[in-house]
Amino acid sequence: MERMQVSTKALTALTVLRIFIGWHFLYEGILKLFNPNWTAKGYLISAELFTGFYEWLSTDSMIGIVDSANIIILIAVGTALILGIFERSAVVLGIALLLMYYAAHPAFMSSPQLGAEGNYWIINKNLIEAAALAVLYQLPSSSFFGLEVFRKKNKTLKSVEL
Amino acid sequence: MSEKRKLTWTRREVLKGIAGAPLVGAVLWGGATKTKQKAKEEEQLLEALNIKAVAPPPSGSMSGDPLRIGIIGFGIRGKQLCRALGFAQTSWIKEQAEAAQIDPLNKQLQTFLEQENLNVQITAVCDVFDAHAEDALASFNSNENKIKRYKNFQELIEAPEVDAVLIATPDHWHAPMAIAALQANKHVYVEKPMTHNIAETYQLKDAAAESSAVFAVGHQHRQTQSFLTAQDVIQKNILGHISLIQANTNRNDDNGAWQYQIHPRANPNSIDWKQFIGNAPFTEFNLEHFFRWRKWWAYGSGLSGDLLSHDYDRINCVLKMGIPSSVSSSGGIYTHRDGRNVPDVFQANMEFPGFSTGGSQEAGKELGMTLVYSATLGNNYGRKTLLMGHDATMELGNSLTIFADHGSTRFQKEIEQGKMKPGSEIYSYDPTAQEVDGMSSATTQYFADKGLLWTYRDGKRVDSTHLHLREWLSCIRNGGTPSCDIKAGFEEAVTSHMAGLSYKLGRRIDWDDTTQQLVPIRGIDFDEALLANVEKVS
Repeated sequence: MERMQVSTKALTALTVLRIFIGWHFLYEGILKLFNPNWTAKGYLISAELFTGFYEWLSTDSMIGIVDSANIIILIAVGTALILGIFERSAVVLGIALLLMYYAAHPAFMSSPQLGAEGNYWIINKNLIEAAALAVLYQLPSSSFFGLEVFRKKNKTLKSVEL
Repeated sequence: MSEKRKLTWTRREVLKGIAGAPLVGAVLWGGATKTKQKAKEEEQLLEALNIKAVAPPPSGSMSGDPLRIGIIGFGIRGKQLCRALGFAQTSWIKEQAEAAQIDPLNKQLQTFLEQENLNVQITAVCDVFDAHAEDALASFNSNENKIKRYKNFQELIEAPEVDAVLIATPDHWHAPMAIAALQANKHVYVEKPMTHNIAETYQLKDAAAESSAVFAVGHQHRQTQSFLTAQDVIQKNILGHISLIQANTNRNDDNGAWQYQIHPRANPNSIDWKQFIGNAPFTEFNLEHFFRWRKWWAYGSGLSGDLLSHDYDRINCVLKMGIPSSVSSSGGIYTHRDGRNVPDVFQANMEFPGFSTGGSQEAGKELGMTLVYSATLGNNYGRKTLLMGHDATMELGNSLTIFADHGSTRFQKEIEQGKMKPGSEIYSYDPTAQEVDGMSSATTQYFADKGLLWTYRDGKRVDSTHLHLREWLSCIRNGGTPSCDIKAGFEEAVTSHMAGLSYKLGRRIDWDDTTQQLVPIRGIDFDEALLANVEKVS
């Protein structure tokens, strides 16, 4: 199989992408953490697909767990991506979270897209961010720039197999 | 990995390893600063406004012997009142269970089932249509609740097993029934408008004063949290002097235009037509008149008595401004030319030249207010109720929002300092912000927006009619006066009739506050004009 060298320039770009996404996750998590009135209830209860599942998540017995889990995952994924540690696990969690957001309010033509500042059909920012995370999964950069440098010095992925 | 290799980090490697850490710190700092700053600004603003969105304590205890209720009129509203008391027809429960399965957001059955037990029995029903009366008997008769049908309302009122009556008949029957019940010292809950003409408004007022029974008018929005919050806003003079209020009806569907369904079992044998007609001008048997009575002045009160009455009372319960000194109305039958003689587009300007909610400018500069009610049954764009003051504007419905005014005197400093942005929200109360409700129709949405369907207590959705009936029952059991008592009912009825009269006569109707009478117009008998079953009296 052909091996492709990932140049330093490419790794730098991937690092920037990783930190930007991490920044976004962390900031969203922090704002929710500091806002005592925040809850995902409204978002869940107005879901357009899998309404039974999202309604269950929004019930009184579940919503506390769901809200806390959401905040913890956002902060954990954000921190991991910025620091460059446990990158692939963080990426998988991040994609799962984004796909859950997307499935509740997909960008179908018939969807109201409440709160969206642009125009989207099928592809929206949640989906693009999930796709960008998928790129990070394939081309991790933490060993180039991040705490992974210490953990996996011997396994620097200057090249990956495609 | 060997110890030796670990010790070979270059400075460059260390930097690349830990350079992300300050970024995490930066995001944490940014997030914390932003939320803290926002919370501080909000706190300062709320502290300055000091508005209390607190629910009132619930009305008194429902303990003791069950109160025995007789229901007069078991049509659309009668059925709703029974549900608010805890009695739903079997067919309704089935329908709602199915509706909730299709649409999980439909919470009507859930709200009904979670309703508090009001400790009442429905012991009597009177409806001139057999199918309605039989529906009540079939649904409510049980070992714990024995219900009997009366063919005549007078017999129901006199029945010893009836302590109190609910009157949900066409408007022309409200006062005669309420007066008869009060004279028999039976407690009365009557639907709005409480009367159908001027003379009986005074008769009912006297009957209520002379009776030991408790009297309440069905303006259930008085229980809605946002209206209670609005009272606090007015008391604290946050809006400044209110010079203009606009209240609206916006409907555009058959149900909203009173085109109700005609029951398949209805015929001259199943309807006591003579009793339905009562004191209205006699007409031959007519199913449209029977089921769609709101479309004719003979039985209903058009937009003035049917919906202006609600909007007027929504404002009156907040401002307590009483009867306007004059009313001028206009409109026409513009979108439903189906034989009705009440208007479907209607505007009423109500003047209150001596009224003030308090001001923020020099004394004597501000006095007087106009309430504009504007209604159409041909468009349902959601025009909001607006209370427009010198310092701020309040948008009032099931939710409540206040916007600072650019020219405000009171908030001038805050606006200059950038703490308030003119035209943007400075306070918002929305009990439904985290709750999305399934709606069954456009008219349901219209009522819900006006705070007429349900409100929230401790985060739970409650039928406002249930709370209103509870308050009436509590006054019967524990003493006290209902929030919509005979005084509020009298003001609502007189104002509605002034608006209706002004439309029919095509001229301004004045109120003399000293004599507590309408200012007479030479050659005009007000009640004759109001009751004439024609669109206009010239």
